[in-house]
Amino acid sequence: MTTPQNTSAGKHRAQDTPSVGQGSGNGGVPLVRLVNASKRYGAVIALSDITLEVGAGEVTCVLGDNGAGKSTLIKIIAGLHQPSTGSYEVEGTPVAFNSPREALEHGIATVYQDLAVVPLMPVWRNFFLGNEVRKGLGMNIGFMKKTCKDELLAMGIDLRDVDQAIGTLSGGERQCVAISRAVHFGAKVLILDEPTAALGVKQSGVVLKYIIQARERGLGVIFITHNPHHAYPVGDRFLLLNRGKSLGYFEKSQITRDELTGLMAGGAELEQLSHELESEGGAAADIGHAMEADVEELGIAHQASGTDTAPAVTRQEGTSPR
Amino acid sequence: MTATAEAPVTPPPIRDERMGRKSGLARLLARPEAGAVAGAIVIYVFFFIVAPPFRNASSFSSVLYVTSTYGLMVTPIALLMIGGEFDLSAGVAVTSSALCASLFSYEFTTNAWVGVLVALALSLLIGFLNGWIVVKTGIPSFLVTLGTFFVLQGLNIALTQTITNQVASPDISTLQGFSSARVVFSGSFTIGGVNIRTSVIYWLVFVAIATWILLRTRIGNWIFSAGGSPVSARAVGVPVGRVKIGLFMAVGLMAWFTGMHTLFLFNTIQTSQGVGNEFVYIIAAVVGGCLLTGGYGSAVGAAIGALIFGMVNQGIVYAGWNPDWFQTFVGLLLLGAILLNTFIRRRAEAAA
Repeated sequence: MTTPQNTSAGKHRAQDTPSVGQGSGNGGVPLVRLVNASKRYGAVIALSDITLEVGAGEVTCVLGDNGAGKSTLIKIIAGLHQPSTGSYEVEGTPVAFNSPREALEHGIATVYQDLAVVPLMPVWRNFFLGNEVRKGLGMNIGFMKKTCKDELLAMGIDLRDVDQAIGTLSGGERQCVAISRAVHFGAKVLILDEPTAALGVKQSGVVLKYIIQARERGLGVIFITHNPHHAYPVGDRFLLLNRGKSLGYFEKSQITRDELTGLMAGGAELEQLSHELESEGGAAADIGHAMEADVEELGIAHQASGTDTAPAVTRQEGTSPR
Repeated sequence: MTATAEAPVTPPPIRDERMGRKSGLARLLARPEAGAVAGAIVIYVFFFIVAPPFRNASSFSSVLYVTSTYGLMVTPIALLMIGGEFDLSAGVAVTSSALCASLFSYEFTTNAWVGVLVALALSLLIGFLNGWIVVKTGIPSFLVTLGTFFVLQGLNIALTQTITNQVASPDISTLQGFSSARVVFSGSFTIGGVNIRTSVIYWLVFVAIATWILLRTRIGNWIFSAGGSPVSARAVGVPVGRVKIGLFMAVGLMAWFTGMHTLFLFNTIQTSQGVGNEFVYIIAAVVGGCLLTGGYGSAVGAAIGALIFGMVNQGIVYAGWNPDWFQTFVGLLLLGAILLNTFIRRRAEAAA
């Protein structure tokens, strides 16, 4: 296999970034670091005291339910907003972005849920939209098609035909085209906004695979999701958000998947819900029992309320087996 | 597929088990022009059978001529529609341009070419204003250009009436520069005993240029994206507003060209001319495969849509029917063509 990297002459490549902080990420300067960042919209405190970092070759997952402040956090990192307090550093230098374009110039690319692709246009046209390679008065179509194919292949996407409309691809594949496009045009940090939210199990797996690919190519990835099962396998760090506050910021070694799931699900709320369902009787009660069993199995009851770590383990075998 | 040059590089693609092989025919039918081509063939065969004079080369030349008078405008309208906008003022803008050229050069007794250039400036300005208002306000172009349509139509009639006391512009054939302008805009030549107007050639050239722009240039990419998903296009840095204004100005440019053709062919212009043509342009573009919602279509398809119009327009005459039935006939044909188009595209998509 030839190296497709050389085909994109002039573009600075993600692979060129030194692999600082490979693995744990404590060794080098992180690509992106937020320290005690807060964001207020008038009287509304959307985020308070959030600290987060991502280094090259790392995946930092941001988990939270709807309204937890994930969008605000993305907007700060992507350059749409500036934090009200706290600091934002890119490769160790404090920055204050006024627009997403400025963030992009620093290599921070955001792939939004709605993807920024034009469904009716061919894959290769979407790939190069806004960055067309020109040749004389026209475009260098052969080069663009080939580059697109190679780039997608490098991400492990083998398209039969880059001439097909991107709308004919599955949601997962579209996400991957958007990701590889960001990588090709020099992204060092990828912010992925709920890339698996609208996808089925298998498609989500495909996207997770590409997240790992991106990590292995030396990119920093900030992966926003509400699904701990998607986050845990690929993440190196996990930031849990709830109502604009951090519920915890963990290295992978500090937390198990079940604990993560428990924190995310909010064990106490689940428990309460299961009791409510049980009192309904009938089919609802069955669901309630099943949920209760889940809560027990996960051993999450004691972590549920986050702060009160007093032994709220009223039920059986409390802690989760690994 | 292009597996020839890179055969050793690419591993043999693993075929997804859910993907059947797409036949060549299905691929052909999936093209935006497919419905229009099918419709054009049906209509050609139909008139070939019912109207014997239709079979002559000279009648076909006049079919092509009528086609070109529509087609010159259908081409930029198709681009505009692919870019996601409408222009309802396009029909009367042709007349405005011709009236402007004729009245200016006649009233100031200038060389005809001066009027031509003034009309060009006016047409580009109309296009620019249409585009600028649409882009700046975000009001649907359907409404904005509906307004422009009435403004221009009123101006055409009222200003001409005020200046000349007539419902037509004065004959400008005696003006200096008229004959050279006629050669440029409204010439004709003969091949094998068949007289062909140069407007047919211009039309084909403009269709070719439009196709090249759409498929081979960066601007073409931007046009598709501006109509297909303006938000996404903007997000990746496409200057959507400028693209749209440019498209409206392209409509203005071709309105000027069409207006000049008509003016120098007939020496004079009726003030009420052009009303209704805006729909012909849009319909021809839609028959040619342009989506009403934007983002999809082709200049070649739109040209074939114009050809369908030209064939029906002349075919009715050659068949010896009462031309009053023209519009009803056209309406039915268009409904048929659109149904066929939709049917073919559904089938092609299902096959894909």
